[in-house]
Amino acid sequence: MPNAALSVAFAGPLVTVQDAGRPGNMRFGVSASGPMDRLAFDAANAALGNATGQSAIEVSLGGVILQCREGDVTIAITGGDFVVAHGAAETRSWTVLTLRKGERLAVRAGKSGIWAYIAFAGTIEATEWLGSRATHSTSGFGGGALQTGQSLTVSDATTREDRLGDIERPDFIPNGPIRVVTGPQDQYFAPETVAQFLSSAFKITDAYDRMGMRLNGPRLELDGALSIPSEPIVRGSVQVSGDGVPTVLLADHQTTGGYPKIATIISSDIGRLAQSRAGDTIQFTAISSQQAITEARECVKRTTDYLAHIAVPRGTLEQRLMRENLIHGCIYD
Amino acid sequence: MQPQFKAIADHALLLTFADEISEAAHAAVIALDHAIATNPPEGMIETVPALVNLLVSFDPILTDHIAVETHIRACLTALNIQKVSGVQRVVQVCYEPPFSPDLEAVSTATGLSREAVINAHLAGDFHVLMYGFAPGYAYLSGVTPEIQVPRKLAPVRDVPAGSVIIAGPQCLVTTLMMPTGWSIIGRSPTPILTNDPDHPFLFDVGDRVTFKRIDASTFARLTGEDAHA
Repeated sequence: MPNAALSVAFAGPLVTVQDAGRPGNMRFGVSASGPMDRLAFDAANAALGNATGQSAIEVSLGGVILQCREGDVTIAITGGDFVVAHGAAETRSWTVLTLRKGERLAVRAGKSGIWAYIAFAGTIEATEWLGSRATHSTSGFGGGALQTGQSLTVSDATTREDRLGDIERPDFIPNGPIRVVTGPQDQYFAPETVAQFLSSAFKITDAYDRMGMRLNGPRLELDGALSIPSEPIVRGSVQVSGDGVPTVLLADHQTTGGYPKIATIISSDIGRLAQSRAGDTIQFTAISSQQAITEARECVKRTTDYLAHIAVPRGTLEQRLMRENLIHGCIYD
Repeated sequence: MQPQFKAIADHALLLTFADEISEAAHAAVIALDHAIATNPPEGMIETVPALVNLLVSFDPILTDHIAVETHIRACLTALNIQKVSGVQRVVQVCYEPPFSPDLEAVSTATGLSREAVINAHLAGDFHVLMYGFAPGYAYLSGVTPEIQVPRKLAPVRDVPAGSVIIAGPQCLVTTLMMPTGWSIIGRSPTPILTNDPDHPFLFDVGDRVTFKRIDASTFARLTGEDAHA
């Protein structure tokens, strides 16, 4: 099958290749990486009928401009609410379109969200590390960050006319407080401090990247223990540094650290938190670990059903017109 | 030694063997890590050994905190902490300038000659405590007391990969160009990130490490990098 050759006319900072990530290497100091918003990433692949976890481009607020030099390839764009300029046409993210030879695609920040995903009907050629092309941003290992001027090859590029158009957005993402299970080092905080953490509003600061997100809110007083032995960290850990400032650890987090973790965000709420912008205000609410398991299972079920739904091709324009004509025929006959 | 169990969100358990760092707690972490590797609970994704903790992460679709804890408690009853002995690894190190910018400062701080600092480092009994900070950053215990120096007040930027750095009782061979506040006493040509898909990292936690001194010409031969270029 043919390749599509693209050139990166512009890439903002932290526009990276991501796939499902490389879990299983935390013991060697390697966090799993992968998309900041896993649901949006999965939706982009599903909308093209791709295999789960196929490499895609994660676009930051900085945006990206791609120029198609050779070949045609269908792409899906999901994630935050981004503006998509395709040739002369302007549309929003959550869309499938075909990028043809000579055409230009610009994806830039819109009204909300900070990460967008561009999946391709084909395979992005990128460096693999430990069996994954996900970029680990602090080391640069894996597929890597896109640089202005570089070229990008999509091998086995295809066009999928039966998948063009808007992608139905997930309607099951909650917008309430971010759910956490307290701990595992909540014993280093007075009960009033944990209560304060759960009842206060925190503002997301601009100290925010793929490693983590620093929050601004009331000072979370540590109860004595300023230096605990360095302990394992997970994606979603909320660690509190000596000055009482909480930081949420995200996709490219350090694997161990000596700051106590007051709470851990449940997996299904990390993606929506990651789409929040600096300046946004968030709140946390605590659930039990058993409730967290129940929620994880329900979330996987909702996600699986949703992805299966958007993975069904809708047919070519001709087929869709035919279908509508037939339906009309049934009603009016 | 019985650990404390704590649930982490919907996907992990953190086991804590002690509040303070001790050889006994770390030996228990390593022994349990090995025991779980031989007999993993259903749905386990990975374990992460640290100084006094073991993290066990799992797929919440397949299992939950209670089932994993039950399985680990069964492993603990049969645990033999004495049994595990890590593999001996050798790391080459060149202590010559320009690879050892802080050797003089360590010499001044300890009152030892440069040569005595090097010999004290070579005499250390090093064990891999844990990985952390960045890919392949293995924290080694075992710096001999006479050359234990505190961290610098401010980190130095852009320290090259392969730097052999010390702070207090710990030693580390860096894998990336990164800032560090530790004292840089040498440079190693031995890759910690091996590029071998079957064994991508030189050490596992619990391994023993010996440093072997090489001169600048050997370093240059091994890496193709000229120390004085």
